[in-house]
Amino acid sequence: MRFSSAPIYGRCALLSLVLLFHAQVAHAHVQAGEAVGLLSGLKHPVSGLDHVIAMIAVGLWGAQLGVPAIWVLPVAFPMVMALGGMLALLGVPLPGIEAGIAASAIVLGAAVMMELRPPLAVAAVVVGFFAIFHGYAHGSELHGGESALLYSIGFVIATGCLHGVGITIGTVHRWHWGQRALRVAGAAITVAGVFFMWTVLA
Amino acid sequence: MKRRMTIPTRWFPVPAILLAAILLPAQAQAHLNPTGLGPVYDGVGHFLLTPEDFIPVLALALLAGQRGAAYGRRALFVLPVAWLLGGIAGLTGTMAGSTALACTSFLLLGGLLAADVKVSLRVLTGLAALVGLSHGYLNGAALGPPEYAALVLPGLAGAVFVLVAIAAASVVRLRQQWARIAVRVVGSWIVASGLLFLGWAARGG
Repeated sequence: MRFSSAPIYGRCALLSLVLLFHAQVAHAHVQAGEAVGLLSGLKHPVSGLDHVIAMIAVGLWGAQLGVPAIWVLPVAFPMVMALGGMLALLGVPLPGIEAGIAASAIVLGAAVMMELRPPLAVAAVVVGFFAIFHGYAHGSELHGGESALLYSIGFVIATGCLHGVGITIGTVHRWHWGQRALRVAGAAITVAGVFFMWTVLA
Repeated sequence: MKRRMTIPTRWFPVPAILLAAILLPAQAQAHLNPTGLGPVYDGVGHFLLTPEDFIPVLALALLAGQRGAAYGRRALFVLPVAWLLGGIAGLTGTMAGSTALACTSFLLLGGLLAADVKVSLRVLTGLAALVGLSHGYLNGAALGPPEYAALVLPGLAGAVFVLVAIAAASVVRLRQQWARIAVRVVGSWIVASGLLFLGWAARGG
């Protein structure tokens, strides 16, 4: 037996089939601001220019200062930065985070520009002091996620790689023109830091 | 003249079934553990994809490599054996304290590596045994039936052996100063990751 009033069922079946086979990509664990894994962690430190120039300045300064500062500063920075991130995660208040980050670009850029050569302990303390602000900012901007450990690993690796970029650029310090170029780069970082400070205070 | 399409009555339930299929999705098994290659490779895969286990083993292997070939050889055999024994012991145990263990391992082993501490062979042996037994125990506790675990655990221990062999041997042969410093930098990254993980854990995820 056949019905002639059945097209509505045919359309329903067709619509259902289309819905069934037209599956969207499942973004199961990707939400803005959440720690979702390694790639999210890798992306976070390079997502803000104020962070990037300060990290690179650490590498440049280390390259200017030479051994052992060239490795002491990049070793000290991630550990103290992680301490800052931990403070943020624990909810310990720290005022003036953004101003501290901008100040880090100004001070570290100026150190590169003037090719300052303080004792190693002083350089490490300066770098460590500013690392707390950077770590705190990263920690306070994030919410709980699926893999905090993978996120943390990515976050630290990206920071270390930015230092590596600074150190690699800093290898031009062996040439006279390279020394001048590094000082110009330091000046540019300082100017950028002043701009970031102005945006914070404005 | 246009002919109208007709549908047999026996097809009428079809839209309802399809709609039900759309509206009643099954649970998404998004994170299946089995590799599909058998329990031995499940063990290998689990180790390689679990940073809580992988990173401490890497740190210990790099630490052993920093100290020399004798240390590397000691870690190469002590760590997998301890892992296997811990795994067997864990089969009847319960899984608890995995986050605390991961944080402790990261901070301790990463710290020793970053500071280039001159640990004695005896201390390194103890560390390898401790890391192997504790991490292996948690692995064993997380495994399913014993007949499955009996093949997963050798896979895990084998992966540990291979990683220690590669990582320790790579560091033992390093002669350039910058390369040895790079190993210490890796240690500082491990400590930093451990600190952040500790913060996440203390906050409750």
